[in-house]
Order: sequence, then C-alpha cells, then structure tokens
Amino acid sequence: MQYSDVLMVIGANPAENHPIGFRWITKALKNGATLISVDPRFTRTSQLANIYGQLRSGTDIAFIGGMINYILENHLYHEEYVANYTNASYILSDAYSFEDGIFSGYDEIERKYDTSKWSFETDAEGNVLVDKTLQHPRCVFQLMKQHYSRYNLETVTSITGTDRDTYLEICKVFGSTGQVGKAGTILYAMGGTQHTVGTQNIRIFAIIQLLLGNIGIVGGGVNALRGESNVQGSTDFGLLYHSLPGYIDVPKAVPEENNLAGFLARVTPKTGYKVNNPKFIISMLKAYYGDYATKENDFGYHMLPKISNGKNYSFMYLFEEMRKGGLEGIFLWGSNPVVSSPNSQSAHDALANLKWMVAVDLWETETSAFWQSEAGKNYADIDTEVFLLPACSSYEKYGTVTNSGRWMQYRWEALPPKGESRADLQITHELALKLKELYQDENTPAARQINAMSWDYGTDHHPDFDKVAKEINGYDIQTKRQLSGFGELADDGSTACGCWIYCGFYPEEGNLSQRRDNVDNGQSLYSNWSWVWPMNRRVLYNRASCDLNGKPYNEEKALIWWDETKQEWTGYDVPDFIKTTKPTDPAGSKPFIMQSSLLGDIFATRSDGPLPEHYEPYESPVQNALSSVQFNPVVDIFEGKHNPRGDYDKYPIIGTTYRMSEHWQSGTMTRNQPWLSELASHMFVEMSEELAQEKGIGDKDEIIVTSARGEIKAYALVTKRFKPYTVLGKKVHHIGMIWHFGYKGIVTGETANKVTPIIGDANSNIPEYKAFLCDVRRA
Amino acid sequence: MATQVNRRQFLKLSGAVAATLALADLGFNESNVQAKTKALKIQSLKPTPTICPYCAVGCGILVYATEAKDDVVYTEGDSDSPINQGSLCSKGGSIRQIYTTEKRVEKPRYRAPGSNKWEEKSWEWMYEQIAKRVKETRDRTFVEKEDGIYVNRTDSIVSLGGAALDNEETHLISKLMRAGLGLTYIEHQARI
Repeated sequence: MQYSDVLMVIGANPAENHPIGFRWITKALKNGATLISVDPRFTRTSQLANIYGQLRSGTDIAFIGGMINYILENHLYHEEYVANYTNASYILSDAYSFEDGIFSGYDEIERKYDTSKWSFETDAEGNVLVDKTLQHPRCVFQLMKQHYSRYNLETVTSITGTDRDTYLEICKVFGSTGQVGKAGTILYAMGGTQHTVGTQNIRIFAIIQLLLGNIGIVGGGVNALRGESNVQGSTDFGLLYHSLPGYIDVPKAVPEENNLAGFLARVTPKTGYKVNNPKFIISMLKAYYGDYATKENDFGYHMLPKISNGKNYSFMYLFEEMRKGGLEGIFLWGSNPVVSSPNSQSAHDALANLKWMVAVDLWETETSAFWQSEAGKNYADIDTEVFLLPACSSYEKYGTVTNSGRWMQYRWEALPPKGESRADLQITHELALKLKELYQDENTPAARQINAMSWDYGTDHHPDFDKVAKEINGYDIQTKRQLSGFGELADDGSTACGCWIYCGFYPEEGNLSQRRDNVDNGQSLYSNWSWVWPMNRRVLYNRASCDLNGKPYNEEKALIWWDETKQEWTGYDVPDFIKTTKPTDPAGSKPFIMQSSLLGDIFATRSDGPLPEHYEPYESPVQNALSSVQFNPVVDIFEGKHNPRGDYDKYPIIGTTYRMSEHWQSGTMTRNQPWLSELASHMFVEMSEELAQEKGIGDKDEIIVTSARGEIKAYALVTKRFKPYTVLGKKVHHIGMIWHFGYKGIVTGETANKVTPIIGDANSNIPEYKAFLCDVRRA
Repeated sequence: MATQVNRRQFLKLSGAVAATLALADLGFNESNVQAKTKALKIQSLKPTPTICPYCAVGCGILVYATEAKDDVVYTEGDSDSPINQGSLCSKGGSIRQIYTTEKRVEKPRYRAPGSNKWEEKSWEWMYEQIAKRVKETRDRTFVEKEDGIYVNRTDSIVSLGGAALDNEETHLISKLMRAGLGLTYIEHQARI
C-alpha cells in the first residue's frame, strides 16, 4: 500500500479497526499519495484522508457506477490493459439484454435468473469472438458503457447523498490512476460486503480497478481487510458448507455426481489453472480417507457428504432450520451467534430447540449461557444440554494463521494452556479418537463413513502436530517425501494433500511458515518472512504489471519482467506460470490464470446479474431512482412474524452497525479483559447533532432504538461525524451503533443485532447488517 | 543489565505494571523507573514470537512468560516483523490479559436439561458424553442414499466457527466434520 498513488477506502475504517495496517497508508501519504475516504460517517480514516465523500449506506454500486461512467466518458482507462487482460473485448450473444433493472432470463415466480442468457458469441470451434478494438456494439466494453451511462452525476449524487463537487473530485483523482504506471488501490471490509448486493459491491470495485489497470501491480488491487486472525485460513480449509478445501465446490446429490468422474466433470473447467482440479481433489481424498481410498472405490468419493441439490445450508438458513426444530446438536468453535446473528433474539430463541450444544471457548459466552436467567430465559423450560470445553488461547499452543495478505505465519507456544484448558487441535483429536472407538466394531452406513476416515496423528492426548502439518502440505504416499508445490500433485492416488493451495509450505527442507528473515528482497515483499500461498507468491496475477512484451509498466514498481537474454521471467516475485513461458505465448500473455478465460472478468455470471446494478437495501427510506426494481430481485425473503420488514413510515432512520478499536467482534475477546473493558465500557449509538435536536436527545442520554424486530437500550453519542442527507429531495437521518456488546463479560450492554433483519446477499448470503430502518427516542 | 534506561527502553521493558504507573503519573522519576525495571527482570526471560489473535493484519507480538511457565509477565510488539515493526494497537497491546483475566474458563462445565447451573466435570466424562450424543443423533438421522445416490450425510448436527483457530485446527475440524461425520451444516464467521 505504501507504493499507491491514490488509495480509496470504501466500506472500511482501517484507522480504527486495522490501525497497524493503516501505518502503511500513512507511509503512502508521506510518499505523496492521496487518500480518499468514502463512508456514511466521518470516521477516524476520514479524518486522515485528503478527500471525504459522504455516502448513504447501501449505495456503493451507484457511487462506483458513476465513477465508471466518468472514467469511460473521459477516456481515463488503461486501454492496453483493458483490451488484452480483461474480457472487455468479448462479444455477447443476442440473448443478453438489460431493461429497467432486470437482465434477460429473469423468472419472476422463482425469483431466479436463467444465467445461460448471458453467454458469449462463439465460432464453430467454440472459441469466443473478440474485438480488441473494443468498438463492436455487442462487446462487453460497449454494453458496459451503455449500462453505466445511466449513472450520471445528477442521478448518482441524488441517490448517494454525496456533495456534487466532492464526488467529481473523487472521480478525477481516482480516475487519474488509469494512466500507465500509476497505482490506485481500493480497501474494503464489511461495509462493502454486508449488503443484499454485497457481492456485486465487491465486483464493481474489481471492475473499476480492471478498467484502470490497477490489479496485479505494486500499490494496486482490491484489498479485503479481514476482521479475524484466521478467517482467511478457515475459509481456505473449507469451513463453509459449499466449499471443500482450496475453493472447490462440494458434491451435490444429483445423478451426474453419483461417481467421481461426474463430480470432476462439473468442477473442472476446460481452461485456466483449475484444469488441475482432479489432482487436487483426489489428493485431498487420499488425505481424508487414507488407505481406504483406492482407484477401485473412486478414492472414497462416495463417502463425502453430498448436499441436497438447491438447498442452502448457510448461516441464516441454518438458524431458520434450527428455529423450526430441524437441528439437534451444534459444535461452536469460538463462535457467539447470540451476539453476532442478524435478528439475534430469534437466533437466541432457536437455540432452545437443540438437544445438545458443545461450546469450545475461552469464555462463558452469551451463546453457551443462553439458558440463564440473566439472558431473560426460564431455564426450567430449556432442555438443551450444554458442554462447555475450555479452549486455550493462541499463545498457549502452536500452529499457523493466515493473514489478509495470505501470509501463513507460525505462532510458537509461550507457555502451556491455562488451568485445564486445551488446544482446539487436541480437543478435535481426542473427540475424533473417542468417536472412532465408539464406531469401530459397527458396520452401519454411519459407521462405515467414520471408519473410512484416516486419523494417523498418534494415540497420545495431543496429536502429532508435524503429521498434521505434513498432511496439509502433501506428500508422496510411497516415499513419504514432502512435496514442494502443487505442480507435483497427481490424480492417480500416489499423493495426499489436505489443501492444495498450501502445498509447498512444508517441503523437505522444513516448515517455511516459521521463517523470520525480514530482509526486504525488493518492493517490500519480504519473500523470506513466513510463507504465502500460493507458492510464496506475494502479489497475485503479477503478470498484469507488465506490458504485452513483458516489460514493467512502471520500472520503479516492477515485480517481475521478461529477460530477453536469459529467455525467462525474473524479478522480485514468483510468476504465475513456468518461468520460460514467453510473454507472447497464450499461457504467458494472460495474467488471470484462475479464471477459465485467463482474463479479468468485467462481465461475470453471478446469481443476480453479470454486471453490478444498483438496488436499494431491503429496508430503505426511498424508491430506487435507477429502475422500478426496489431491492435485489433474487434475494431470498425470510418471512414470518419473527422477522418483519420495517416500513419507512414507522422507522424513518437508516441504521448501520460498526466496530471500534478497543473491542472485537462479539466482544468475548475484549469485554473479558479489564483494560479494554475500561477503555470502552458502554454500548452506544452515534447520531448527528441535528437528529439529537429533533428528538430532544442529549449526549450520553439513555435512548431506545427500535426496529420492526425489537428494541435496545443504549447511550447516545451525539457527534458532528454523522450529518443528515438529502436523498432524492428528502432529508434522511443515519445512525450507527457498535455491535460488540452482550450480557456476559466485565462490561455488558444490549446487543445491536436485536434490531437487524434476517436478509442477505444473493450470492454469498452474508446478512445486511449495514443498512436497515429504525427509529430512536429518549429512554 | 541496563544501567542507563532511556524513555524508549523504559516503555519497552517495564510493561504492564509500569504502564499503569506511567498512566497515573506521567512526570515520572527516572531513578524509580530504573528500580522498577530491575525488579521486573524480564531480561532473563526468553520472548516467544506469536501473531496477534484479533484482526487479520497479522502483527507479530513477543510474549514473555515466567521461567516456571505459569504466568505471562509482559508482551510487546515484535520489532522484527515486517508487518508491524514493533507497533501494536490497543487490542494487540493487551493480549497479556487474555491469560491473566479471571474470566477464563479453566475446567470443563456441563449444564443438564432444565438446570440453572453449571457443574464442573472431567475432560474424560465430557468426551464420553459428547461422543454418545453425537453418535445417537447421527445414527438416528444419517442418510446413506437419496433417490439411489450415495449422499452419506448428517443434516442434524452443526459445526459453527473457526475463524480464530490455527490452520492445522481448521484442517482437522474440516476433515472430522465433513469427511468423518458427514456434516453439511458447516459454517463459520466468514459468512457473517
């Protein structure tokens, strides 16, 4: 980030929530960079920014869409990059169209798109037709241009509530990074994702960055500022219902996937790096099922659970199922849904429908204690058995975590677990051994699955850590040789690998995540500090930092380049392909190797459309000004009297939840510590002076926030940081509240999520915590 | 031993106890500070490198435990880390209290149906009981085939969380829950 010319923070507040990461932004500012902060509230990041743009929560697509329009009209985009490294040149079939907020292929009853309507024109051999001049009226570039031409200055600023001159300045300054050699970066966090259009918000960040040639370069990119120390790693390892380790879809219960070949056919594209998926999947099956997995039994593929086709098992659906009584038991691994769920009272109530709960945690949380009187419950009516297993903290054990930049860093054990607490690794191991013991003499279908799973980490209480680490990395089954990268993985059952993207962190020479060589080898990559997946590559898609002939667009910010004399790629970083691949070769000319097109997808199929389109949040004070479609037309509605939708007439204020520096997530890791508790002791709601005056509320007054779901009591924090908006001619107020509080811990307070709705993004199913309707009054 | 302690070293060495002191009395007396520093004797302790458990920036932290390994004396930012170069935020600077706080649960606890209290139990008892519950629920609800297709699935048990765990732990949880028990409701904080 220190090498960026312009940084735009939208949907994040790193000065508050990632303060040490923010040091690198400060460094960029010292180097002469410009910082833009776009946020509903004038945050700590805004305070340090050169330009602050006020944006009504939930209008990011309108905001960026208008910027794209400006960039295209004023020809600020990086033409060579757009024509050669993105799919802007692809020609679309006649079936694609867009009218009044709806793309072709929409089924109103099912609330779903037939995405086959958005395909490209191909020749007789199936190759996509392209026009690199970008002039063809049906090419992606022209259709995108047409799409965002509706996002003109007047319309956009009336939707977002942004001051017109400030908006124009942001367009100009950020647009300037389209010049060859300039670097612009976008930083986002949950302010970008927690919307009914969350995925498309991030898509439009990627689109504007592709247009400006800002991806794959030093000081560029679309940077997700992740909030948990290993949310990257836990996602990499498939702790989401739809994903196997290494971002491979889980198998479905459909006839075509009744055998391995059928499953591989669906998840293996014909082009791009993912053509290797069979090697990754079969090696994973060997790591899971060991000797049981043979070629004859499809490497144990049938043992993997197959999800019901079309059924959604994600967080909100999971709690709906629990509410209806469809679930019996739960394992919680440092998770506190009574505070973190949308409409959290309904999640709290649902827990009583469980027969048993296993909570692995350092603390007694609002969730493991959900049955207590102080939770407002009559314990005698709750039959759920609760097993609270004390986990130790991160420095009372050893292992690795992966940060936002995919750096896999090792943590050594400073001292043994406190009291009788144990590492989650040990707890999982001991539970697995106990379960295997219970099942060992049985031959039921349920027993066959767990008996097939290999568990070769020793029989001691604590598993052999090295064996776990080596299984993740991958090894040759016959020789036990540790593999040096996923290029060595095979699809014949001769290799085992728990998570292919991590293959190479633990080769024969040792565990590279433990490396502590902090010498800068160039461009501050620190390539010998820890290890980065994939293959220690520090900047993904770095081929895009060079022109068609392999020459860096900016010599001072070079990552890799083509060496004519040696006839190979060289530089500070690791290229994405074999280093002797010529820059003009098909494999060496297209940077985005994980896409089947090898190109940056400006046009990409998502469940709610191939191009991001502005829709209002599920609960909004205004009508959509860009089309007659009010909110995302494909999101699922969770109906029922537990989850009503709020009306503007009753709830005229926009609410959003946010975080603060002294607390973290649901508060268990901070409200149980004396210092942090003292630093920020109260649940508060922030509001403008104008709103406070209208409502007769003074600073620090006790207030009540109400929504269609419920109400909470908190303290008022009256500041100049919120200002009322003029949106489509209407005056609109906006309030914000921290969500870190609950009734357990040294300091307690009411849970903000009692007022948020169960509704979420159409692709990722993340809840819309960031924009809902509410009202506020004095207590 | 440091005979001359400047302000920077003071801040670096004196840690938690003296930090409270410094907050209370900013115009400190240097000779008192030196005495305090000597009394803490952290120079004899070996720091252990760790990574901050809060956000995902990945700051390095050094943990100084007592020689007996039964308490945490002091923590500080790891100046060797190219990510934070020694600096930390309010949360990262407080990780000593993750160990020292009295709020830590130190023994397994069990809550029986309809009960209003926790009971302390042994680990072995907990594992036995949990394994029994898992097996009972799973055996009763396990689906081997659906419309003739092998689905080997347990739709009645949930695994939730893991974003604060180590990679090795998430690997074992992913393997046990999905490949071993056939769970489909596997979710964690990335979704919310």
